[in-house]
Amino acid sequence: MASVTLKDVRKAFGSTPVVHGVSVEILDGEFAVLVGPSGCGKSTLLRMIAGLEEITGGAIEIGGRVVNDVLPKERDIAMVFQNYALYPHMTVADNMGFSLKLAKRPRQEIEDRVREAAKILGLTEYLERYPRQLSGGQRQRVAMGRAIVRNPQVFLFDEPLSNLDAKLRVQMRTEIKELHQRLKTTSIYVTHDQIEAMTMADKIVVMNAGRVEQIGAPLELYDDPANLFVAGFIGSPAMNFLPGRVVANGAGLAVELGGGVRVAAPRVQAPLAPGREVTVGVRPEHFAVSAQGVPAEVIVVEPTGADTQIFCNLAGVEVSAVVRERHAFRPGEAIRLAPQLAYLFDPGNGARIR
Amino acid sequence: MAREQDTQGMDYLVSLPRRVVTVYLPVLVFLVVLLFPFYWMVVTSFKPNEELISREANPFWIVAPTLAHFKRLLFQTEYPQWMWNTMLVAVVATFLSLAASVLAAYAIERLRFRGARETGLAIFLAYLVPPSILFIPLAAMVFRLGLFDTKFALILTYPTFLVPFATWLLMGYFRSIPYELEECALIDGASRWQILTKIILPLAVPGLISAGIFAFTLSWNEFIYALTFIQSSEQKTVPVGVVTELVEGDVYHWGALMAGALLGSVPVAIVYSFFVEYYVAGMTGAVKE
Repeated sequence: MASVTLKDVRKAFGSTPVVHGVSVEILDGEFAVLVGPSGCGKSTLLRMIAGLEEITGGAIEIGGRVVNDVLPKERDIAMVFQNYALYPHMTVADNMGFSLKLAKRPRQEIEDRVREAAKILGLTEYLERYPRQLSGGQRQRVAMGRAIVRNPQVFLFDEPLSNLDAKLRVQMRTEIKELHQRLKTTSIYVTHDQIEAMTMADKIVVMNAGRVEQIGAPLELYDDPANLFVAGFIGSPAMNFLPGRVVANGAGLAVELGGGVRVAAPRVQAPLAPGREVTVGVRPEHFAVSAQGVPAEVIVVEPTGADTQIFCNLAGVEVSAVVRERHAFRPGEAIRLAPQLAYLFDPGNGARIR
Repeated sequence: MAREQDTQGMDYLVSLPRRVVTVYLPVLVFLVVLLFPFYWMVVTSFKPNEELISREANPFWIVAPTLAHFKRLLFQTEYPQWMWNTMLVAVVATFLSLAASVLAAYAIERLRFRGARETGLAIFLAYLVPPSILFIPLAAMVFRLGLFDTKFALILTYPTFLVPFATWLLMGYFRSIPYELEECALIDGASRWQILTKIILPLAVPGLISAGIFAFTLSWNEFIYALTFIQSSEQKTVPVGVVTELVEGDVYHWGALMAGALLGSVPVAIVYSFFVEYYVAGMTGAVKE
């Protein structure tokens, strides 16, 4: 097992830069998730770690060894591809044992290791089948089995669950996490799904447009987003953003949201001068329906059973609120919402005002 | 009403008269057009000369079938030798061409070297030069190399049109094999050669077979090079031998000619019938996981 360190890693396709200097430290045994919208460079970064793409600048270390010019097969990694990349002309057992066969391991050892991996993944009875005879979830397991058999220093996952249906995805998510807890192999997992990132990761690397926006544990990112992008990307339903301006309010400060609606400014270290433009971010679950709140007009109410999501118009902006109580508001009804916790961002560069 | 709409689609084929008009009749016309030459060949090869020349006899039927033409073909000409020559030349040329084409197609399609596209285009352009022009410079080369009137003259010149053709067919086929398979094999520790032999080629079998059949057929039927580069009767191939030895001046030995054509088309027909399924799969491409 090994740590993986990226130092100012850059990638350009021709003259088009796609990864602009990424530095990440992934500890031994950690499950790191690279997450971001499509085209943010997360897959390219993973492929660079795998050795499938050349590195334009910076350094990648696996277990303390710089691997910039090391061939993929000598990096001691295993990769699970989005479309599984199973060899269609080989049985499950041959698929899983292929790397060992290439490494010229004794036949008995190959068989034992394949059986062992198949047992972990519940594939024992499918070993003689061909990939086309398996369901999506089983193929996914074979792809993971192929990685496990090699006992590599690092597992790389490239959006491995995106071809599965929603229910299976949740199930496989748990399985991968269990597997990691059992094997404790350093893993790097790429996804565009922030729920996958939140539920699986020890460490999340949020990427956007070829840059790292923030690195941290799932709940750190949720509780303490560094900027507008991370705040909006992490959390579901997404955080509400309301434009506002700082105004003096008696002895303290408030933010005027438009239409004369005012909320108390959250306490921040940075000096806030009246007249400053800010963006107020409130997570849907941090709204409470309360008489002390600001006025809002109900648009749609969506009960899910466990909680109720209320879409309403607050100071001219459509916001969503998720509350535990059951409400039977009618569209157009006037209610009052009180933000329990709010974040302030600079509307110019998106940075958090702390 | 609803039910009627549900069962639309191919429903118009259900009633017999309709099926006759829409399916069987067109198929029949098509078959007649395609198979009539073959039928003519068979009928002629079994007809005695009197019936062949007679103005009264029914040209589409034989009254007294005979094997005389076959006897003449097999025992009074060197037909068996021509057959062997053709087989040898076609098989060797096909294998040489396939080996070269696999390497060329893989390199152009997957190694992404500088100028790969242009190389692919150049190979295609080479295919467009007609043999009826190319045989002149090739003849000079064949003479210089001292290969005139040997089977090597054909074995080495046939790839000039087989390689471009097979390369293009295989390029298309290789393209249909997902790139991830190769990347995965690369991580699994395979070398380029191992990727080619253990992953790509097993998956490209239908493509290889269709390229092989095509190359075999083209070599089998080739006429111009075989006519110009071969002189002695014992080195000739079937298409050339039949035409040069069974036409004496203005006398056409129709029966023996047709018998030669009939026997000559049998091996190709056998090859096709064995591999027809692969052949179709190869032409339509696509590897299914």
